[in-house]
Amino acid sequence: MKNKIQNIVYRCVLLLFIIINSSCTEQINDSTDSFLALDPINSDINAGTWKPFLLSSPDEFSLDTPAAISSPTFLREINEIKSYQANITEDQKQIIKYWSVGGVLRWNEIMRTLVARHNRPPYQNLDGTYPAPSSANPFANPQFPFSNPPFAARAYAYVSAAQYDALIAAWHYKKLYNRAAPFSADSNINVLIPKSDLPSYPSEDGVLAGVTVELLKLLFPTEIAYIQEKADEQKLYRIISGANVRSDVEAGVSLGRKIAAKFITRAAADGAGAAIGDQAYWTLLENKTTSLGEIPWKSLELPVRPPMLPKFGNVKSLLMTPQMVVNSRPIPPPSTNSPQFLAELNEVKSYSKNSSRKNMEIVSFWADGVGTYTPPGHWNAIAVAAFETQKYSEVRWARNLALLNVAMMDAAISCWDAKYYYFNPRPCQMDSSIKTLTGVPNFPAYVSGHSTFSGAAAKILSHIIPTSAQSFNNMAKEASDSRLLGAIHYRSDCEQGLILGNTVGGFAVSRAVSDGAE
Amino acid sequence: MKYIYIGLFLLSPLFIIAQTEIDGIMMDKNLLCTGAVYENSSWDKYWEGNFRRENLNLGTVSTKSIGLMGNYGFSSKLNLIFSLPYVKTNATAGTMKGQQGIQDFSLTFKYMPVEKTFGNTVLSFYALGGFSIPTTNYVADYLPLSIGMQSKTASLRLMTDCQKGDFFTTLSIAYIKKAAISIDRNSYLTNEINYSNKVDMPDAISFNARFGYRTSRLIVEAIFDNSVTQSGGFDITTNNMPFPSNTMNRSKVGVNSKYTFKNKPELSLVGGYNKVVEGRNIGQSEAIYGGVFYILNFNKSQKTEQNEK
Repeated sequence: MKNKIQNIVYRCVLLLFIIINSSCTEQINDSTDSFLALDPINSDINAGTWKPFLLSSPDEFSLDTPAAISSPTFLREINEIKSYQANITEDQKQIIKYWSVGGVLRWNEIMRTLVARHNRPPYQNLDGTYPAPSSANPFANPQFPFSNPPFAARAYAYVSAAQYDALIAAWHYKKLYNRAAPFSADSNINVLIPKSDLPSYPSEDGVLAGVTVELLKLLFPTEIAYIQEKADEQKLYRIISGANVRSDVEAGVSLGRKIAAKFITRAAADGAGAAIGDQAYWTLLENKTTSLGEIPWKSLELPVRPPMLPKFGNVKSLLMTPQMVVNSRPIPPPSTNSPQFLAELNEVKSYSKNSSRKNMEIVSFWADGVGTYTPPGHWNAIAVAAFETQKYSEVRWARNLALLNVAMMDAAISCWDAKYYYFNPRPCQMDSSIKTLTGVPNFPAYVSGHSTFSGAAAKILSHIIPTSAQSFNNMAKEASDSRLLGAIHYRSDCEQGLILGNTVGGFAVSRAVSDGAE
Repeated sequence: MKYIYIGLFLLSPLFIIAQTEIDGIMMDKNLLCTGAVYENSSWDKYWEGNFRRENLNLGTVSTKSIGLMGNYGFSSKLNLIFSLPYVKTNATAGTMKGQQGIQDFSLTFKYMPVEKTFGNTVLSFYALGGFSIPTTNYVADYLPLSIGMQSKTASLRLMTDCQKGDFFTTLSIAYIKKAAISIDRNSYLTNEINYSNKVDMPDAISFNARFGYRTSRLIVEAIFDNSVTQSGGFDITTNNMPFPSNTMNRSKVGVNSKYTFKNKPELSLVGGYNKVVEGRNIGQSEAIYGGVFYILNFNKSQKTEQNEK
């Protein structure tokens, strides 16, 4: 009897162990794994006429006439495709599956990974000061960059805008040279991805690889090996899949590089390098606020950390003039001496004390803090999921992500302008009993960055996909609220941040209606 | 030489939870040993990867817990052990709010198939199968102040115990399988970004050695405990936030003691201290604990006080 019970129990133990064992080896899939290969409803054949950001004209940079498809050179390139296809490996099939979803989409994802990897504040020196990352010496400690939200917003914007301009040029030359795709030139070629009716010279993926690699080398210099590996895969994918011959791809890379140079020149002079400020400037901001009878912001970190990019508000926008930044500036926050301020402080305190599980979930979902792709990265992920259902052409993907990211760069500029113009303290600086549900960012409170990014993103995304406007606005509101629920922002920060975001998002909408793509 | 010791004397809910059952002691049939242990564990230094550092924005991070535990003897060869801790965390500096709540319920079957006596030496072998399951929806992705990992776990441990006179040695090794968890985000970075709210949790292998003095009245022992995360874990990079699926390795040393009252042998007190001496992506914690246990006798034939012999 006793033995029988023992036996039963023992078997149950083993069985349970096996069940749990098998249940936790489940494969975890990325939500982007299910995305289908790019197969646009409309190939936007006239996109060469769309309005670029920096290019003076789509043919500002020249591109050689391609060899004729009857030439021996072209024939040899066709043979290259056939030889790859005859010996295709599983790895190569995976590369095709990955990249065929779309080059703009995949580079956007890769960039989010780069941002997340480098989104870490520098570790202090032994004497309690902080070293600053240096683009001249990117491998030193701390590595360059610290891809905090303003850095990330600007990086996403430059890459997206440059990809867009480069694809406008590519579309221009596609139409101009009208070179047939390999599968049209030789009916024996297998095409391993959906067939496109676009002329194939230059390759859009070649252009994307060329332009993106150059910009990412600038923005993430310690990642060049990783970036180059991705680009090599992308170029190979076009050839193995039979979508392009090698000269299509190489012409694209060459064109993309030239266009990248124009954006790199602009980036070097847009003021971002000086955004860190210096001690004199930090003191000036503090004194200015005190002289107005307000309590100035103080870093709550130990050792005390210099404020994040106080001159980022001066960075040169792609859409706004400096006067537009000033004109969009939010109304002043409630005075730190006012009853309204006290009421808002108490509201923050109540959320700090009574943190429901649901509130914690909202705070965590939108936190996008250290080690993540930042709030602009989160909105890129939201946009990509929405765009994927729309079956855009590659050039329209680039255009829509450029509008989004240029709007969020403007959100960063305008929000950072307001933060350092008002230099307003965080709730837990004013009341140390306020405990937070997420990290307190090291910059002034007014207005909330999350709210501004979200307001701008929802505005432009609602314009691009009007049927999803309600959903975008609800997400923006929740992202904004999350900062109040997390006890790191006052209600005014969040509400005025959303309004500011909507204002700057409106500049991108104005551009969208006049860029020739609608 | 079958003493009825309370098989729980190392029980302390967080770090030592796996040690709950890993002594060479079995409850006799129809006896239930039950009690509670309070533990206070804290650290002010931690490892980011291999880099040991302090963080003035956390100060000292403490974890206080009260665990309810029990060990029931189906027979002297098969015991069932359970525990359920309430955990509270706090950081003395910075702004982050501490967390509290009921953590994971754990259940362990402890089976002793072999026990051989050679003179005054007793050699025994054990197999332990354990499970744990979160009992509340606490937040796991809030390290270092989350109260637990939200992961269902299963473990299999093989153990041997050798007692010679009043002295003993126990060695055991376990494989701990951890189920994937869901977090409140829709993406997270490991090496690249994962676009999912599901996080694969790396498994762990745990080794435990202990030796000391053991009689029916008093146990005093030294322990060494080592836990190594298996593939899938990753390091915290400098100044980054910790993540539930980080590699979390540690080596601990400590002492445990248990005293059983002479004139009330169903009542006993436990207490101990342990410290992490080497680690990776965890706090260098020091813990002290104390608890009280009582044996309930469900043998109908034997209503009188258990005399332990």
